[in-house]
Amino acid sequence: MAGIEIRNLRKQFGDLPAVDGVNLSIRDGEFLVLLGSSGSGKTTLLRMIAGLEHPTAGEIHIGGERVDGDVPPRARGIAMVFQSYALYPHRTVFQNIAFPLEASRTPRNRIEEKVRWAADMFGITRYLDRYPRQLSGGERQRVALCRALVRDPKVFLLDEPLANLDAKLRNTARDDLKQFQRRIQTTTVYVTHDQVEAMGLGDRIVVMEHGKVRQVGTPQEVYEDPVDTFVATFVGQPPMNLLALRDASLPPGTLVGFRPEHLLPRNVFGPGEELATFRFAVRRVEYLGSDRYVYGAVAESAAPEATIIAKLPGTIPLTIPEGETHEFAVPRRLLRYFDADTGLRRRP
Amino acid sequence: MTSRRTLADREDVLGGVMLAPALAYVVLLVGVPFFLAIALSFSNATAGSLSFQWTGLGNYAAILRDPIFLRALRNSVVVTVGTQVLVIILATAAAQVFRATFRGKRVARFVMLLPWAVPVSLAAIAWTWIFDSTFSVINWTLKATGLLHGWLYWLGDPALALLAIIIVQAWRIFPFATVIVLASLSSIPQEILEAAIVDGAGFWRRLFQIELPLLLPVVAVAVLFGVVYTATDLGVVYILTGGGPANTTHVLPTLAFQRGILGADLGQGAAIAVFLLPFLIVVAIAMLRVARRAEVGGAAR
Repeated sequence: MAGIEIRNLRKQFGDLPAVDGVNLSIRDGEFLVLLGSSGSGKTTLLRMIAGLEHPTAGEIHIGGERVDGDVPPRARGIAMVFQSYALYPHRTVFQNIAFPLEASRTPRNRIEEKVRWAADMFGITRYLDRYPRQLSGGERQRVALCRALVRDPKVFLLDEPLANLDAKLRNTARDDLKQFQRRIQTTTVYVTHDQVEAMGLGDRIVVMEHGKVRQVGTPQEVYEDPVDTFVATFVGQPPMNLLALRDASLPPGTLVGFRPEHLLPRNVFGPGEELATFRFAVRRVEYLGSDRYVYGAVAESAAPEATIIAKLPGTIPLTIPEGETHEFAVPRRLLRYFDADTGLRRRP
Repeated sequence: MTSRRTLADREDVLGGVMLAPALAYVVLLVGVPFFLAIALSFSNATAGSLSFQWTGLGNYAAILRDPIFLRALRNSVVVTVGTQVLVIILATAAAQVFRATFRGKRVARFVMLLPWAVPVSLAAIAWTWIFDSTFSVINWTLKATGLLHGWLYWLGDPALALLAIIIVQAWRIFPFATVIVLASLSSIPQEILEAAIVDGAGFWRRLFQIELPLLLPVVAVAVLFGVVYTATDLGVVYILTGGGPANTTHVLPTLAFQRGILGADLGQGAAIAVFLLPFLIVVAIAMLRVARRAEVGGAAR
């Protein structure tokens, strides 16, 4: 069991700073998700923690011990699960899971015991004699997790382990993974570009872009109180609406942001709610079963042609005819304000 | 616009036309001599006359009673197997070196590939000097470093001469094998090698338990090429030792040449040359099965 301290970490690939001065404090037993698009540096950061990549500058401490110098991956007390699972194709499931134990010269009977324990935990005992190619994607993923588990690592490092699963399986695999982590309570760093995974799994989320950390916070903090317009539009599907309002009461250069699900027909709100009301010209309505996405433009906007999206839950049965203008509103307490130039959050 | 069908439109004919040169080559220059050799091995044909009689298995019976042939057969096996073992070790080691990035890698790789481009005869002549009984640079080097106290007569001692032959054969095949191992090393997914590092496997464990098993299908094919290449080579032994001293270092091709061409006994020469064929076919089938099994058992992820 150990926390991770990362101080001023940098990694330069030629001229390109892949990780550009990251400070991060990962608590013992925490499930931390690194969220970012490709090229954000999230995987490079994970690989530096693993020891597969040498930092250009900065410090990494795992469990109070500094490891960024010459401590090899095997001495860092980490286990890693790769996106492709990286199972050894010529070894059976049993031999795959046993490999890290053999490498640490564990006695044979102890290996047998631990492999069975891990396989039992993930329900793959009956596959122990099979080869990886004989398994489905979900089964391979569990084998990879078993192989990581048997080392009794201080830290789990997971690099998009669900990305190769089909969408149906991903939900259950996500649930399994979270339950498993809760049970063993090992510090886990999880890399993904999928914000749904990040929200669902993370105790805290680190949003990264261009090698820098944009925001660290619980899923709720990141979603409800994004620190800048990048996080506001990166997290959430559809993204947060950003408007430059022609409103004299706001300082110039202010963007107003609100989540699509908070923009609703005015008459659904009760009388006590303090509202910002917009005239919303509906262009198109998209029916998605549980929700409707309403695309349109807001007349009060300084850029009236910019597309604004409202997300109406199925529980609001109003008909919204396309091509008409309606009164929509957002509760004032849910409005967020940003500086149009820096993108940073601003107090209203 | 012409509506006439040209040759390029008629795929059935075009295929035949384009295959014809290759077919002619295989039939005339490979097939005919091959079957002629098999036929001659059952006859008493000589180089001096056109007439001959069928003698059935007579030639085979004769060579099997011949101690020189049995010695050559043993030498062929020793040289072929010894060469492959040496080549596999060297090529695997060299591939590890060339996988790393270092200054002068391009030059080193070029130098490493040179033996592959040198004509056999020239190389063998250079090696006869290296192994020369008086001027051997190997001996001089060993002497100078204090490792050798007596004197090694490389090509004069039957055992040392075989070793010399193995060294030269290995030197010739090694570049090819290295390139093959290097290519298949780079086809192993990077994540698998990294997983092994994270799992705590050191260099040797990664080499023997991950890399080599994954290389097996390709190495098997490389070995197969090496076996055929060494078992059928005439030039190196012919120039290096000429089969001497006292016929102790003959391999089957040199003995076949000596008996069939120099000794004019075409029938016996053919029998010696063809003798290994069934064994080589068995080896080839076995190796290809190993390669296939390894592939089915593993490589597919």
